[in-house]
Amino acid sequence: MIALPILLPLFFGILSILFWKSLKTQKLLSILGTISILTSTIYILLFVKENGIQAIQIGNWIPPFGISLVVDLFSAIMLVIAAIVAFSIACYSQKGIDANRGKFGFYPLFFLLLMGVNGAFITGDLFNLYVWFEVMLMASFVLIALGSERPQIEGAVKYVVLNMLSSTLFLIATGLTYNLVGTLNMADLSINLSKVPMQSQVTLIAVLFLIAFSIKSAAFPLFFWLPASYHTPPVTVTALFSGLLTKVGVYTLIRVFTLLFITDIQYTHLIILVISAFTMSVGVLGAAAQTDFRRLLSFHIISQIGYLLWGLGMYTQQSLAASIYFMVHVILAKTALFYVAGIVNHIQGSFDLKKLGNLYSSRIGISIIFLIPALSLAGLPPLSGFFAKLALIIAAFKTNQYAMIIVGLLVSFMTLYSMTKVWNEVFWKEKKYENDTKDDTPVSHWMLAPTILLVSIMVVYGFFTEPMMEIALQASAQLMNPGEYIQAVFGGTP
Amino acid sequence: MVLLLSIAAGALFSAGLYLILRRSLVKILIGIIVLSYAVNLLLFNSAKLIPAHPPLISIGQLSPPEIYADPVPQALILTAIVISFGITAFAVVLVRSTYKALGKDDINLMHCTDIPCESSEVSTELEKEGSQK
Repeated sequence: MIALPILLPLFFGILSILFWKSLKTQKLLSILGTISILTSTIYILLFVKENGIQAIQIGNWIPPFGISLVVDLFSAIMLVIAAIVAFSIACYSQKGIDANRGKFGFYPLFFLLLMGVNGAFITGDLFNLYVWFEVMLMASFVLIALGSERPQIEGAVKYVVLNMLSSTLFLIATGLTYNLVGTLNMADLSINLSKVPMQSQVTLIAVLFLIAFSIKSAAFPLFFWLPASYHTPPVTVTALFSGLLTKVGVYTLIRVFTLLFITDIQYTHLIILVISAFTMSVGVLGAAAQTDFRRLLSFHIISQIGYLLWGLGMYTQQSLAASIYFMVHVILAKTALFYVAGIVNHIQGSFDLKKLGNLYSSRIGISIIFLIPALSLAGLPPLSGFFAKLALIIAAFKTNQYAMIIVGLLVSFMTLYSMTKVWNEVFWKEKKYENDTKDDTPVSHWMLAPTILLVSIMVVYGFFTEPMMEIALQASAQLMNPGEYIQAVFGGTP
Repeated sequence: MVLLLSIAAGALFSAGLYLILRRSLVKILIGIIVLSYAVNLLLFNSAKLIPAHPPLISIGQLSPPEIYADPVPQALILTAIVISFGITAFAVVLVRSTYKALGKDDINLMHCTDIPCESSEVSTELEKEGSQK
């Protein structure tokens, strides 16, 4: 059952390749496919919440010799939120992807990307994780270059080269781990890494993994590929990437640094903490200087990654729960904001803040669906962003990290500043440049509906913070206690 | 043998790194290919090299012999080779279409996604610099 989130995208991916000629069928398949994936992941989440961590062994090899697939609560939450984003992307792409890109395989690639993402969430084997990363990257490489517009190609070059470098580092670290311990099963590694006589070698490998995954998740100082490439493809693709790809990087960081490399917490987790502070502040400062809607949002992705890493760096049950809660919130808010950027571009024909303006008077509904996720991202109550940041700050007070709290609050304030900047430029100011677009251009329901869906899920998520936080705490309790994970993989006999 | 392989892997790593830091896109591509070879050698080296002891259980026995060559690194390398082959193929096409779309392979001139290209002062300055070289 827990292999379904991998098998379903594969099945629908193949099916949409079979219907290569008919774009209509592919579009229909994308909606059907994402709905079925969403149903299966929700079922998995409920099942895992009831019955604890689930594991299966591929090919029935006894662990640790085969590849294990493991779903704990954290993976299950990530699966569900990825499926929600995928469903909204499937809706948005009905109008958001031009026929040319659709004909050259957007939908098969979309499903393969989803397969890679879900595989990375589920796998319990380090080398298998590498393979899923490559599946995901390969699909994303083609998606980012699909269409071959000039800026797209340029962005793709930067994206491809740096991500290939990161994969190489990941593979080096995997090889060294095998050399050191002689196993790649994560549960087995978790037992054996602490038994290695020279612990400095373990720390060395941990730092290699940290660098590799920091490139993937765009953490300071390795984030430069992200603002250089994310704004070049169509907004549908950017929203897909911002919702899923960097978050997979953060997911693996959390997985690896709670399950495997917990032997030298004072060293590794302190590095993560420092990285997170810089990521937060550099990201938001970069955003403040931008005048392009999508580039501004791209820098905000980086800034939010910092918050996610902050929770990992503190390494307590509460802080990890805050990170998990924050992750869901930021995926919803960020994707919705990119959708709004796409809608604004559809109406006024530009992403340049200088050329946009005056949308509030003509399109009040669109202004509101921008304002809610924007304020939530900045952390205003009673939206989910407020509770996410509150949980992080409470966790920081308990570990006495006052400097980090100051950084976090300042960054939050700066986020609000740059969101007001967007609000002023796009919605309030008089339009300075006249262009031939009309403000009453009709916006397709296929573009509005997924945006409203994500915004309303986010609002509801914020209102039901207490039960959601309960689940996040349960998930982080599993993360803090690797014994449960190990037991699930080895079936009671570790 | 282990020492020789390690030195070879190290040499490949440094060569790949040097090529990646060049400005020409084709050289970067070659650098990435060389790096993937280096990683494959490193993976090959990651278990003990034992010649002439295949990991087979002889008839009538339940466990493999005491000394045997570890088959896992080979399986890992095989996967890694296939993946790097696919990615290299894609990268070659990308480099070609980059040259077709932009007409240049100097990455110093590819700044349009970082500094907006309307600020023409920067681009002409950089191009002047590029033509001098």
